[in-house]
Amino acid sequence: MESSAIVAEGLVKTYPKDVRALEGVGFAVETGTVFALLGPNGAGKSTTVKILTTLTLPDSGRAVVAGHEVVAQADRVRSAIGVVGQKHSVDPDATGRENLRLQGDLYGIPLRELRGRIEALLERFDLTADADRLVRGYSGGMQRKLDVAIGLVNKPRVLFLDEPTTGLDPEARAEMWVEIERLAREEEVTVLLTTHYLEEADRLAKELAIVDRGRIVAAGTPEALKSELRGDTLAVELDGGGSHDSSVLAAVAAVAGVREPVLEGSVLRARAEEGARAVPAVLAALEEAGIAVAAATVSRPSLDDVYMRHAGRSLRAAEQEETQS
Amino acid sequence: MTLAIRHTVALTRRQLLNLWRQPWFVAITVVQPLIWLLLFGQLFKRVVELPGFHGGSYIQFLTPGVLIMSALFAGGWHGMGYIEAMDRGIMDRFLVTPAWRGALVAAGFLYGAVVIVVQSLVIVAVAFAAGASFSAGQVLAMFVLAILLGGGVAALSDALALVARQEETLIGAVQFVILPATFLSSGMMASDLLPGWIGDVARFNPVNWAVVGARVGSADWTIVGERAAWLAALLLVCAWLATRALRVYQRSV
Repeated sequence: MESSAIVAEGLVKTYPKDVRALEGVGFAVETGTVFALLGPNGAGKSTTVKILTTLTLPDSGRAVVAGHEVVAQADRVRSAIGVVGQKHSVDPDATGRENLRLQGDLYGIPLRELRGRIEALLERFDLTADADRLVRGYSGGMQRKLDVAIGLVNKPRVLFLDEPTTGLDPEARAEMWVEIERLAREEEVTVLLTTHYLEEADRLAKELAIVDRGRIVAAGTPEALKSELRGDTLAVELDGGGSHDSSVLAAVAAVAGVREPVLEGSVLRARAEEGARAVPAVLAALEEAGIAVAAATVSRPSLDDVYMRHAGRSLRAAEQEETQS
Repeated sequence: MTLAIRHTVALTRRQLLNLWRQPWFVAITVVQPLIWLLLFGQLFKRVVELPGFHGGSYIQFLTPGVLIMSALFAGGWHGMGYIEAMDRGIMDRFLVTPAWRGALVAAGFLYGAVVIVVQSLVIVAVAFAAGASFSAGQVLAMFVLAILLGGGVAALSDALALVARQEETLIGAVQFVILPATFLSSGMMASDLLPGWIGDVARFNPVNWAVVGARVGSADWTIVGERAAWLAALLLVCAWLATRALRVYQRSV
Protein backbone atom coordinates (compact mmCIF):
# COMPACT_ATOMS: atom_id res chain seq x y z
CA MET A 1 0.00 0.00 0.00
CA GLU A 2 1.23 3.46 -0.81
CA SER A 3 2.07 5.78 2.02
CA SER A 4 -0.05 8.64 0.66
CA ALA A 5 -3.74 8.06 -0.02
CA ILE A 6 -4.09 11.54 -1.50
CA VAL A 7 -1.51 13.66 -3.26
CA ALA A 8 -2.44 17.02 -4.74
CA GLU A 9 0.01 19.20 -6.64
CA GLY A 10 -0.49 22.75 -7.88
CA LEU A 11 -4.27 22.58 -8.29
CA VAL A 12 -5.64 25.65 -10.03
CA LYS A 13 -9.32 26.24 -10.73
CA THR A 14 -10.99 29.31 -12.15
CA TYR A 15 -14.75 29.64 -12.45
CA PRO A 16 -16.53 31.74 -15.07
CA LYS A 17 -16.27 35.52 -14.60
CA ASP A 18 -12.65 35.04 -13.57
CA VAL A 19 -13.41 33.84 -10.08
CA ARG A 20 -10.17 32.26 -8.93
CA ALA A 21 -11.16 29.46 -6.56
CA LEU A 22 -7.77 27.75 -6.28
CA GLU A 23 -4.37 29.25 -6.93
CA GLY A 24 -2.07 26.27 -6.65
CA VAL A 25 -3.15 23.96 -3.85
CA GLY A 26 -0.91 21.05 -2.94
CA PHE A 27 -0.72 18.61 -0.02
CA ALA A 28 -0.38 14.93 0.80
CA VAL A 29 -2.46 12.76 3.12
CA GLU A 30 -0.95 9.75 4.82
CA THR A 31 -2.92 6.52 4.35
CA GLY A 32 -5.24 5.65 7.21
CA THR A 33 -5.22 9.08 8.85
CA VAL A 34 -7.65 11.95 9.19
CA PHE A 35 -6.60 15.10 7.36
CA ALA A 36 -8.39 18.43 7.70
CA LEU A 37 -8.63 21.33 5.30
CA LEU A 38 -9.34 24.27 7.56
CA GLY A 39 -10.51 27.65 6.37
CA PRO A 40 -13.41 30.07 6.04
CA ASN A 41 -16.24 29.68 3.53
CA GLY A 42 -15.07 30.52 0.05
CA ALA A 43 -11.43 29.71 0.80
CA GLY A 44 -11.39 26.88 -1.75
CA LYS A 45 -11.94 23.84 0.46
CA SER A 46 -15.00 22.59 -1.36
CA THR A 47 -13.47 23.21 -4.76
CA THR A 48 -10.47 21.12 -3.72
CA VAL A 49 -12.79 18.30 -2.66
CA LYS A 50 -14.74 18.53 -5.93
CA ILE A 51 -11.53 18.08 -7.90
CA LEU A 52 -10.24 15.21 -5.75
CA THR A 53 -13.58 13.41 -6.00
CA THR A 54 -13.67 13.76 -9.83
CA LEU A 55 -16.78 15.92 -9.75
CA THR A 56 -15.04 18.73 -11.58
CA LEU A 57 -11.78 19.19 -13.48
CA PRO A 58 -8.85 21.37 -12.45
CA ASP A 59 -7.53 23.95 -14.92
CA SER A 60 -4.05 22.73 -14.12
CA GLY A 61 -2.19 20.67 -11.57
CA ARG A 62 -2.56 16.99 -10.81
CA ALA A 63 -3.90 14.79 -8.06
CA VAL A 64 -3.67 11.11 -7.18
CA VAL A 65 -6.31 9.52 -4.96
CA ALA A 66 -6.06 5.90 -3.77
CA GLY A 67 -3.27 5.41 -6.30
CA HIS A 68 -5.18 6.68 -9.35
CA GLU A 69 -5.03 9.93 -11.30
CA VAL A 70 -8.23 11.93 -10.72
CA VAL A 71 -8.41 13.18 -14.30
CA ALA A 72 -7.10 10.28 -16.37
CA GLN A 73 -8.46 7.44 -14.20
CA ALA A 74 -11.62 9.02 -12.86
CA ASP A 75 -13.61 5.77 -12.81
CA ARG A 76 -11.01 3.97 -10.72
CA VAL A 77 -10.90 6.85 -8.28
CA ARG A 78 -14.71 6.82 -8.09
CA SER A 79 -14.79 3.15 -7.16
CA ALA A 80 -12.29 3.68 -4.36
CA ILE A 81 -13.78 6.72 -2.67
CA GLY A 82 -16.82 7.73 -0.65
CA VAL A 83 -18.10 11.28 -0.73
CA VAL A 84 -20.28 13.12 1.73
CA GLY A 85 -21.09 16.53 0.33
CA GLN A 86 -21.59 19.77 2.15
CA LYS A 87 -25.34 19.76 1.58
CA HIS A 88 -27.51 16.82 2.48
CA SER A 89 -27.51 14.69 -0.61
CA VAL A 90 -30.18 12.25 0.44
CA ASP A 91 -33.43 11.91 -1.46
CA PRO A 92 -36.13 13.17 0.93
CA ASP A 93 -38.88 11.37 -0.98
CA ALA A 94 -37.25 8.00 -0.49
CA THR A 95 -36.82 5.94 2.67
CA GLY A 96 -33.44 5.56 4.34
CA ARG A 97 -33.17 1.99 3.07
CA GLU A 98 -34.06 3.01 -0.49
CA ASN A 99 -31.39 5.70 -0.45
CA LEU A 100 -28.77 3.15 0.55
CA ARG A 101 -30.05 0.64 -1.98
CA LEU A 102 -29.82 3.12 -4.86
CA GLN A 103 -26.25 3.98 -3.97
CA GLY A 104 -25.35 0.29 -3.82
CA ASP A 105 -26.93 -0.25 -7.24
CA LEU A 106 -24.88 2.60 -8.69
CA TYR A 107 -21.68 0.96 -7.42
CA GLY A 108 -22.83 -2.38 -8.80
CA ILE A 109 -22.45 -4.19 -5.48
CA PRO A 110 -23.79 -7.77 -5.74
CA LEU A 111 -27.32 -7.77 -4.34
CA ARG A 112 -26.84 -10.39 -1.66
CA GLU A 113 -23.80 -8.58 -0.31
CA LEU A 114 -25.54 -5.22 -0.59
CA ARG A 115 -28.47 -6.31 1.60
CA GLY A 116 -26.10 -7.28 4.39
CA ARG A 117 -24.14 -4.05 4.10
CA ILE A 118 -27.27 -1.94 4.22
CA GLU A 119 -28.45 -3.65 7.41
CA ALA A 120 -25.02 -3.27 8.97
CA LEU A 121 -24.85 0.45 8.10
CA LEU A 122 -28.37 1.12 9.39
CA GLU A 123 -27.43 -0.66 12.60
CA ARG A 124 -24.17 1.18 12.96
CA PHE A 125 -25.71 4.61 12.48
CA ASP A 126 -28.65 3.79 14.71
CA LEU A 127 -31.15 4.17 11.87
CA THR A 128 -32.65 0.66 11.80
CA ALA A 129 -35.91 1.73 13.45
CA ASP A 130 -36.39 4.53 10.90
CA ALA A 131 -35.09 2.68 7.86
CA ASP A 132 -38.47 2.44 6.14
CA ARG A 133 -39.62 5.97 6.86
CA LEU A 134 -39.29 8.72 4.26
CA VAL A 135 -36.14 10.75 4.85
CA ARG A 136 -38.26 13.91 4.72
CA GLY A 137 -39.27 13.15 8.30
CA TYR A 138 -35.72 12.66 9.61
CA SER A 139 -34.04 15.17 11.92
CA GLY A 140 -30.97 17.05 10.64
CA GLY A 141 -28.67 14.80 12.64
CA MET A 142 -30.31 11.64 11.28
CA GLN A 143 -30.06 12.91 7.70
CA ARG A 144 -26.38 13.61 8.23
CA LYS A 145 -25.84 10.11 9.57
CA LEU A 146 -27.61 8.68 6.55
CA ASP A 147 -25.42 10.87 4.34
CA VAL A 148 -22.31 9.32 5.86
CA ALA A 149 -23.80 5.81 5.70
CA ILE A 150 -24.46 6.33 1.97
CA GLY A 151 -20.85 7.43 1.54
CA LEU A 152 -19.71 4.14 3.09
CA VAL A 153 -21.86 1.72 1.07
CA ASN A 154 -19.00 0.88 -1.30
CA LYS A 155 -16.49 0.38 1.54
CA PRO A 156 -14.30 3.25 0.34
CA ARG A 157 -10.59 3.38 1.03
CA VAL A 158 -10.70 7.16 1.05
CA LEU A 159 -13.63 9.10 2.46
CA PHE A 160 -14.27 12.78 1.75
CA LEU A 161 -16.37 14.69 4.25
CA ASP A 162 -17.18 18.23 3.22
CA GLU A 163 -18.09 20.11 6.40
CA PRO A 164 -19.58 17.06 8.06
CA THR A 165 -20.80 18.83 11.19
CA THR A 166 -21.92 22.21 9.89
CA GLY A 167 -25.44 22.90 11.11
CA LEU A 168 -25.49 20.04 13.63
CA ASP A 169 -26.34 20.54 17.28
CA PRO A 170 -23.50 19.89 19.77
CA GLU A 171 -24.73 16.40 20.62
CA ALA A 172 -24.98 15.29 17.00
CA ARG A 173 -21.59 16.85 16.33
CA ALA A 174 -19.98 14.88 19.15
CA GLU A 175 -21.50 11.65 17.78
CA MET A 176 -20.15 12.43 14.33
CA TRP A 177 -16.68 13.02 15.73
CA VAL A 178 -16.68 9.64 17.44
CA GLU A 179 -17.76 8.00 14.19
CA ILE A 180 -15.03 9.71 12.15
CA GLU A 181 -12.35 8.72 14.67
CA ARG A 182 -13.57 5.15 14.56
CA LEU A 183 -13.43 5.03 10.77
CA ALA A 184 -9.80 5.97 10.68
CA ARG A 185 -8.74 3.90 13.66
CA GLU A 186 -10.66 0.65 13.20
CA GLU A 187 -11.24 0.48 9.47
CA GLU A 188 -8.12 2.21 8.23
CA VAL A 189 -10.13 4.52 6.02
CA THR A 190 -8.27 7.64 5.02
CA VAL A 191 -10.50 10.61 5.78
CA LEU A 192 -10.21 14.06 4.27
CA LEU A 193 -12.55 16.49 5.96
CA THR A 194 -13.08 20.17 5.45
CA THR A 195 -14.16 22.34 8.30
CA HIS A 196 -14.31 25.87 9.53
CA TYR A 197 -14.36 24.71 13.12
CA LEU A 198 -10.91 24.94 14.64
CA GLU A 199 -11.75 22.56 17.47
CA GLU A 200 -12.90 19.97 14.95
CA ALA A 201 -9.60 20.00 13.09
CA ASP A 202 -7.71 20.04 16.36
CA ARG A 203 -9.56 17.06 17.76
CA LEU A 204 -9.81 14.83 14.67
CA ALA A 205 -6.94 15.57 12.33
CA LYS A 206 -3.54 14.01 12.48
CA GLU A 207 -2.43 16.66 10.03
CA LEU A 208 -4.13 19.71 8.64
CA ALA A 209 -3.70 22.39 6.05
CA ILE A 210 -4.95 25.93 6.47
CA VAL A 211 -6.59 27.25 3.31
CA ASP A 212 -7.04 30.93 2.73
CA ARG A 213 -8.08 32.64 -0.51
CA GLY A 214 -7.35 29.65 -2.70
CA ARG A 215 -3.93 28.88 -1.22
CA ILE A 216 -2.55 26.68 1.48
CA VAL A 217 -0.89 29.01 3.92
CA ALA A 218 0.29 26.45 6.49
CA ALA A 219 0.33 22.68 6.93
CA GLY A 220 1.42 20.15 9.53
CA THR A 221 0.24 18.44 12.68
CA PRO A 222 -1.83 20.64 15.00
CA GLU A 223 0.91 20.33 17.64
CA ALA A 224 3.71 21.31 15.26
CA LEU A 225 1.75 24.26 13.99
CA LYS A 226 1.00 25.42 17.50
CA SER A 227 4.56 24.98 18.68
CA GLU A 228 5.82 27.13 15.81
CA LEU A 229 4.26 29.96 17.68
CA ARG A 230 6.62 30.84 20.47
CA GLY A 231 5.18 31.88 23.81
CA ASP A 232 1.63 32.70 24.83
CA THR A 233 -1.32 34.43 23.25
CA LEU A 234 -2.26 37.75 24.75
CA ALA A 235 -5.76 39.10 24.17
CA VAL A 236 -6.73 42.54 25.45
CA GLU A 237 -10.26 43.81 25.11
CA LEU A 238 -10.35 47.59 24.78
CA ASP A 239 -13.08 49.95 25.87
CA GLY A 240 -14.83 52.02 23.26
CA GLY A 241 -15.98 49.44 20.69
CA GLY A 242 -14.19 49.35 17.35
CA SER A 243 -13.10 52.97 17.26
CA HIS A 244 -9.38 52.29 17.71
CA ASP A 245 -6.60 53.12 15.32
CA SER A 246 -2.98 52.22 14.81
CA SER A 247 -1.90 54.21 17.86
CA VAL A 248 -2.87 51.12 19.87
CA LEU A 249 -0.49 48.95 17.87
CA ALA A 250 2.26 51.52 18.17
CA ALA A 251 1.85 51.66 21.93
CA VAL A 252 2.09 47.88 22.30
CA ALA A 253 4.86 47.38 19.77
CA ALA A 254 7.17 49.32 22.05
CA VAL A 255 6.76 46.82 24.91
CA ALA A 256 9.71 44.44 25.20
CA GLY A 257 8.90 40.73 24.66
CA VAL A 258 5.62 41.38 22.84
CA ARG A 259 5.36 40.50 19.13
CA GLU A 260 2.95 40.48 16.24
CA PRO A 261 0.23 42.74 17.62
CA VAL A 262 -3.01 42.68 15.58
CA LEU A 263 -6.11 44.77 16.18
CA GLU A 264 -9.49 43.34 15.24
CA GLY A 265 -12.45 45.48 16.26
CA SER A 266 -11.97 46.17 19.94
CA VAL A 267 -9.72 43.17 20.56
CA LEU A 268 -5.96 43.48 20.52
CA ARG A 269 -4.02 40.26 20.09
CA ALA A 270 -0.31 39.72 20.42
CA ARG A 271 2.22 37.02 21.15
CA ALA A 272 4.37 37.19 24.26
CA GLU A 273 7.35 35.13 25.44
CA GLU A 274 5.89 34.93 28.90
CA GLY A 275 2.33 36.09 28.84
CA ALA A 276 1.81 36.63 32.55
CA ARG A 277 4.83 38.93 32.76
CA ALA A 278 3.93 40.88 29.68
CA VAL A 279 0.42 41.77 30.87
CA PRO A 280 1.38 44.53 33.35
CA ALA A 281 3.75 46.11 30.82
CA VAL A 282 1.15 46.06 28.07
CA LEU A 283 -1.50 47.51 30.34
CA ALA A 284 0.85 50.24 31.43
CA ALA A 285 1.73 51.11 27.85
CA LEU A 286 -1.94 51.31 26.89
CA GLU A 287 -2.75 53.46 29.89
CA GLU A 288 0.07 55.81 28.99
CA ALA A 289 -1.38 56.13 25.49
CA GLY A 290 -4.75 56.99 27.02
CA ILE A 291 -6.51 53.76 26.00
CA ALA A 292 -8.91 52.19 28.49
CA VAL A 293 -8.87 48.40 28.91
CA ALA A 294 -11.90 46.21 29.69
CA ALA A 295 -10.25 42.81 30.09
CA ALA A 296 -7.03 40.93 29.40
CA THR A 297 -6.41 37.19 29.00
CA VAL A 298 -3.35 35.01 28.52
CA SER A 299 -3.58 31.58 26.89
CA ARG A 300 -1.44 28.83 25.39
CA PRO A 301 -1.32 28.91 21.58
CA SER A 302 -4.41 27.49 19.85
CA LEU A 303 -5.12 26.66 16.23
CA ASP A 304 -6.94 29.98 16.11
CA ASP A 305 -3.58 31.66 16.73
CA VAL A 306 -1.98 29.50 14.05
CA TYR A 307 -4.66 30.61 11.63
CA MET A 308 -4.17 34.23 12.63
CA ARG A 309 -0.46 33.99 12.16
CA HIS A 310 -0.66 32.54 8.65
CA ALA A 311 -3.79 34.14 7.23
CA GLY A 312 -3.24 37.52 8.86
CA ARG A 313 -6.74 37.55 10.33
CA SER A 314 -8.76 35.47 12.74
CA LEU A 315 -10.94 32.73 11.33
CA ARG A 316 -14.03 34.52 12.60
CA ALA A 317 -13.07 37.76 10.86
CA ALA A 318 -12.32 35.83 7.68
CA GLU A 319 -15.75 34.21 7.83
CA GLN A 320 -17.40 37.61 8.18
CA GLU A 321 -15.40 39.02 5.30
CA GLU A 322 -16.34 36.13 3.03
CA THR A 323 -20.03 36.33 3.86
CA GLN A 324 -20.02 40.07 3.17
CA SER A 325 -18.27 39.80 -0.17
CA MET B 1 -23.52 -3.99 -20.00
CA THR B 2 -25.49 -5.70 -17.23
CA LEU B 3 -24.18 -3.01 -14.90
CA ALA B 4 -25.47 -0.29 -17.21
CA ILE B 5 -28.89 -1.94 -17.15
CA ARG B 6 -28.80 -2.15 -13.37
CA HIS B 7 -27.94 1.57 -13.10
CA THR B 8 -30.75 2.47 -15.48
CA VAL B 9 -33.32 0.29 -13.75
CA ALA B 10 -32.33 1.63 -10.33
CA LEU B 11 -32.69 5.25 -11.43
CA THR B 12 -35.97 4.61 -13.26
CA ARG B 13 -37.46 2.86 -10.25
CA ARG B 14 -36.37 5.76 -8.06
CA GLN B 15 -38.18 8.31 -10.24
CA LEU B 16 -41.33 6.22 -10.56
CA LEU B 17 -41.48 5.68 -6.80
CA ASN B 18 -41.11 9.42 -6.24
CA LEU B 19 -43.95 10.05 -8.67
CA TRP B 20 -46.13 7.39 -7.05
CA ARG B 21 -45.70 9.07 -3.67
CA GLN B 22 -47.18 12.32 -4.97
CA PRO B 23 -50.74 11.22 -5.76
CA TRP B 24 -51.97 14.69 -6.63
CA PHE B 25 -49.20 14.98 -9.20
CA VAL B 26 -50.23 11.67 -10.74
CA ALA B 27 -53.80 12.95 -10.80
CA ILE B 28 -52.82 16.17 -12.58
CA THR B 29 -50.74 14.23 -15.10
CA VAL B 30 -53.76 12.14 -15.97
CA VAL B 31 -56.54 14.71 -15.60
CA GLN B 32 -54.98 17.56 -17.57
CA PRO B 33 -55.05 15.74 -20.94
CA LEU B 34 -58.67 14.84 -20.31
CA ILE B 35 -59.50 18.48 -19.78
CA TRP B 36 -57.85 19.32 -23.12
CA LEU B 37 -59.67 16.48 -24.78
CA LEU B 38 -63.13 17.25 -23.46
CA LEU B 39 -62.80 21.05 -23.51
CA PHE B 40 -61.43 21.33 -27.04
CA GLY B 41 -63.70 18.51 -28.07
CA GLN B 42 -66.73 20.53 -27.03
CA LEU B 43 -65.48 23.96 -28.05
CA PHE B 44 -64.53 22.99 -31.61
CA LYS B 45 -67.12 20.28 -32.01
CA ARG B 46 -68.49 21.71 -35.23
CA VAL B 47 -65.22 22.34 -37.08
CA VAL B 48 -65.54 18.84 -38.55
CA GLU B 49 -68.38 20.26 -40.63
CA LEU B 50 -65.83 22.33 -42.56
CA PRO B 51 -64.79 20.98 -45.92
CA GLY B 52 -61.29 19.56 -45.50
CA PHE B 53 -62.23 17.36 -42.58
CA HIS B 54 -63.13 14.01 -43.93
CA GLY B 55 -66.10 13.20 -41.76
CA GLY B 56 -66.05 11.54 -38.34
CA SER B 57 -66.36 13.24 -34.97
CA TYR B 58 -63.99 15.94 -33.73
CA ILE B 59 -63.08 13.80 -30.69
CA GLN B 60 -61.98 11.12 -33.12
CA PHE B 61 -59.83 13.69 -34.90
CA LEU B 62 -58.57 15.40 -31.76
CA THR B 63 -57.51 12.39 -29.68
CA PRO B 64 -54.15 11.76 -31.40
CA GLY B 65 -53.41 15.50 -31.16
CA VAL B 66 -54.12 15.68 -27.43
CA LEU B 67 -52.25 12.45 -26.82
CA ILE B 68 -49.14 13.80 -28.55
CA MET B 69 -49.45 17.18 -26.84
CA SER B 70 -49.66 15.46 -23.45
CA ALA B 71 -46.53 13.46 -24.23
CA LEU B 72 -44.88 16.75 -25.12
CA PHE B 73 -45.78 18.20 -21.72
CA ALA B 74 -44.67 15.08 -19.87
CA GLY B 75 -41.29 15.25 -21.63
CA GLY B 76 -40.96 19.02 -21.24
CA TRP B 77 -41.29 18.94 -17.46
CA HIS B 78 -38.79 16.12 -17.02
CA GLY B 79 -35.90 18.55 -16.48
CA MET B 80 -37.57 19.83 -13.30
CA GLY B 81 -36.54 16.61 -11.59
CA TYR B 82 -32.93 17.32 -12.63
CA ILE B 83 -33.03 20.79 -11.12
CA GLU B 84 -34.37 19.37 -7.88
CA ALA B 85 -31.62 16.73 -7.91
CA MET B 86 -28.98 19.41 -8.53
CA ASP B 87 -30.30 21.62 -5.73
CA ARG B 88 -30.33 18.70 -3.34
CA GLY B 89 -26.82 17.52 -4.16
CA ILE B 90 -28.21 14.23 -5.47
CA MET B 91 -26.83 14.96 -8.92
CA ASP B 92 -23.33 15.53 -7.56
CA ARG B 93 -23.55 12.36 -5.55
CA PHE B 94 -24.48 10.43 -8.67
CA LEU B 95 -21.63 11.98 -10.65
CA VAL B 96 -18.96 10.86 -8.18
CA THR B 97 -20.05 7.22 -8.38
CA PRO B 98 -18.66 5.01 -11.14
CA ALA B 99 -22.18 4.59 -12.56
CA TRP B 100 -22.63 4.82 -16.33
CA ARG B 101 -23.48 8.45 -17.20
CA GLY B 102 -25.89 7.43 -19.92
CA ALA B 103 -28.03 5.68 -17.29
CA LEU B 104 -29.26 9.08 -16.22
CA VAL B 105 -30.53 9.84 -19.72
CA ALA B 106 -31.79 6.31 -20.35
CA ALA B 107 -33.69 6.32 -17.06
CA GLY B 108 -35.28 9.62 -18.03
CA PHE B 109 -36.49 8.01 -21.24
CA LEU B 110 -37.89 4.91 -19.53
CA TYR B 111 -39.61 6.97 -16.85
CA GLY B 112 -41.10 9.21 -19.53
CA ALA B 113 -42.26 6.16 -21.48
CA VAL B 114 -44.11 4.74 -18.46
CA VAL B 115 -45.78 8.06 -17.70
CA ILE B 116 -46.77 8.56 -21.34
CA VAL B 117 -48.21 5.06 -21.67
CA VAL B 118 -50.35 5.47 -18.54
CA GLN B 119 -51.47 8.92 -19.62
CA SER B 120 -52.25 7.72 -23.14
CA LEU B 121 -54.22 4.71 -21.92
CA VAL B 122 -56.50 7.02 -19.97
CA ILE B 123 -56.88 9.39 -22.92
CA VAL B 124 -57.77 6.57 -25.31
CA ALA B 125 -60.21 5.06 -22.82
CA VAL B 126 -62.02 8.36 -22.35
CA ALA B 127 -62.04 8.98 -26.11
CA PHE B 128 -63.68 5.58 -26.60
CA ALA B 129 -66.28 6.47 -23.97
CA ALA B 130 -66.92 9.74 -25.84
CA GLY B 131 -67.69 7.86 -29.01
CA ALA B 132 -64.35 7.66 -30.84
CA SER B 133 -62.90 4.36 -31.93
CA PHE B 134 -59.37 3.28 -32.89
CA SER B 135 -57.96 0.06 -34.22
CA ALA B 136 -55.38 -1.72 -32.08
CA GLY B 137 -52.80 -0.83 -34.73
CA GLN B 138 -53.56 2.86 -34.46
CA VAL B 139 -53.35 2.75 -30.68
CA LEU B 140 -49.94 1.11 -31.00
CA ALA B 141 -48.80 3.76 -33.50
CA MET B 142 -49.99 6.57 -31.22
CA PHE B 143 -48.16 5.15 -28.21
CA VAL B 144 -44.89 4.53 -30.02
CA LEU B 145 -44.81 7.97 -31.60
CA ALA B 146 -45.81 9.64 -28.32
CA ILE B 147 -42.99 7.84 -26.48
CA LEU B 148 -40.40 8.71 -29.12
CA LEU B 149 -41.38 12.39 -29.17
CA GLY B 150 -41.78 12.62 -25.38
CA GLY B 151 -38.43 10.90 -24.84
CA GLY B 152 -36.63 13.31 -27.14
CA VAL B 153 -38.23 16.32 -25.48
CA ALA B 154 -37.39 14.91 -22.03
CA ALA B 155 -33.72 14.64 -22.98
CA LEU B 156 -33.79 18.18 -24.34
CA SER B 157 -35.45 19.40 -21.15
CA ASP B 158 -32.76 17.63 -19.10
CA ALA B 159 -30.03 19.25 -21.18
CA LEU B 160 -31.55 22.69 -20.65
CA ALA B 161 -31.92 22.03 -16.93
CA LEU B 162 -28.24 21.08 -16.65
CA VAL B 163 -27.07 24.19 -18.44
CA ALA B 164 -29.53 26.74 -17.02
CA ARG B 165 -29.82 25.21 -13.52
CA GLN B 166 -32.85 27.38 -12.77
CA GLU B 167 -36.48 26.37 -12.52
CA GLU B 168 -37.63 29.69 -13.94
CA THR B 169 -35.68 29.24 -17.16
CA LEU B 170 -37.06 25.77 -17.70
CA ILE B 171 -40.64 26.75 -16.91
CA GLY B 172 -40.32 29.68 -19.31
CA ALA B 173 -38.89 27.52 -22.07
CA VAL B 174 -41.54 24.82 -21.68
CA GLN B 175 -44.39 27.34 -21.68
CA PHE B 176 -42.86 29.17 -24.62
CA VAL B 177 -42.34 26.09 -26.75
CA ILE B 178 -45.08 23.55 -26.08
CA LEU B 179 -48.31 25.33 -26.92
CA PRO B 180 -46.98 27.05 -30.07
CA ALA B 181 -45.40 23.78 -31.17
CA THR B 182 -48.77 22.11 -30.76
CA PHE B 183 -50.67 24.80 -32.62
CA LEU B 184 -48.08 24.82 -35.41
CA SER B 185 -49.17 21.30 -36.23
CA SER B 186 -52.28 19.51 -37.40
CA GLY B 187 -53.00 18.47 -33.82
CA MET B 188 -56.19 20.53 -33.56
CA MET B 189 -56.97 21.34 -37.19
CA ALA B 190 -56.93 19.34 -40.40
CA SER B 191 -53.71 19.75 -42.43
CA ASP B 192 -55.61 21.02 -45.46
CA LEU B 193 -57.14 23.81 -43.42
CA LEU B 194 -53.93 25.13 -41.84
CA PRO B 195 -52.90 28.58 -43.10
CA GLY B 196 -50.15 28.24 -45.72
CA TRP B 197 -47.25 29.36 -43.55
CA ILE B 198 -48.31 27.18 -40.62
CA GLY B 199 -48.49 24.26 -43.01
CA ASP B 200 -44.93 25.02 -44.11
CA VAL B 201 -43.66 25.25 -40.55
CA ALA B 202 -45.54 22.11 -39.57
CA ARG B 203 -43.63 20.04 -42.07
CA PHE B 204 -40.46 20.63 -40.02
CA ASN B 205 -42.19 20.39 -36.67
CA PRO B 206 -41.51 17.10 -34.86
CA VAL B 207 -44.84 17.49 -33.08
CA ASN B 208 -46.52 17.38 -36.46
CA TRP B 209 -44.51 14.31 -37.48
CA ALA B 210 -45.90 12.53 -34.45
CA VAL B 211 -49.45 13.81 -34.93
CA VAL B 212 -49.60 12.86 -38.61
CA GLY B 213 -48.27 9.38 -37.89
CA ALA B 214 -50.59 8.90 -34.93
CA ARG B 215 -53.61 9.93 -36.96
CA VAL B 216 -52.81 7.77 -39.99
CA GLY B 217 -52.14 4.78 -37.77
CA SER B 218 -52.64 1.34 -39.24
CA ALA B 219 -54.05 2.83 -42.46
CA ASP B 220 -50.53 3.46 -43.75
CA TRP B 221 -47.62 1.85 -41.92
CA THR B 222 -45.10 3.45 -44.28
CA ILE B 223 -45.99 6.91 -43.04
CA VAL B 224 -45.98 5.73 -39.42
CA GLY B 225 -42.60 4.03 -39.88
CA GLU B 226 -41.09 7.05 -41.59
CA ARG B 227 -42.25 9.47 -38.88
CA ALA B 228 -41.13 7.06 -36.17
CA ALA B 229 -37.68 6.94 -37.77
CA TRP B 230 -37.41 10.75 -37.86
CA LEU B 231 -38.48 10.97 -34.22
CA ALA B 232 -36.04 8.24 -33.23
CA ALA B 233 -33.24 10.17 -34.91
CA LEU B 234 -34.31 13.31 -33.03
CA LEU B 235 -34.36 11.31 -29.79
CA LEU B 236 -30.77 10.18 -30.34
CA VAL B 237 -29.61 13.72 -31.04
CA CYS B 238 -31.33 14.99 -27.89
CA ALA B 239 -29.90 12.17 -25.78
CA TRP B 240 -26.43 13.03 -27.07
CA LEU B 241 -27.04 16.69 -26.21
CA ALA B 242 -28.08 15.70 -22.68
CA THR B 243 -24.84 13.78 -22.07
CA ARG B 244 -22.89 16.77 -23.42
CA ALA B 245 -24.80 19.02 -21.04
CA LEU B 246 -23.80 16.74 -18.20
CA ARG B 247 -20.17 17.53 -19.02
CA VAL B 248 -20.88 21.25 -19.20
CA TYR B 249 -22.50 21.01 -15.79
CA GLN B 250 -19.53 19.13 -14.35
CA ARG B 251 -17.13 21.74 -15.62
CA SER B 252 -19.08 24.53 -13.96
CA VAL B 253 -19.58 23.06 -10.48
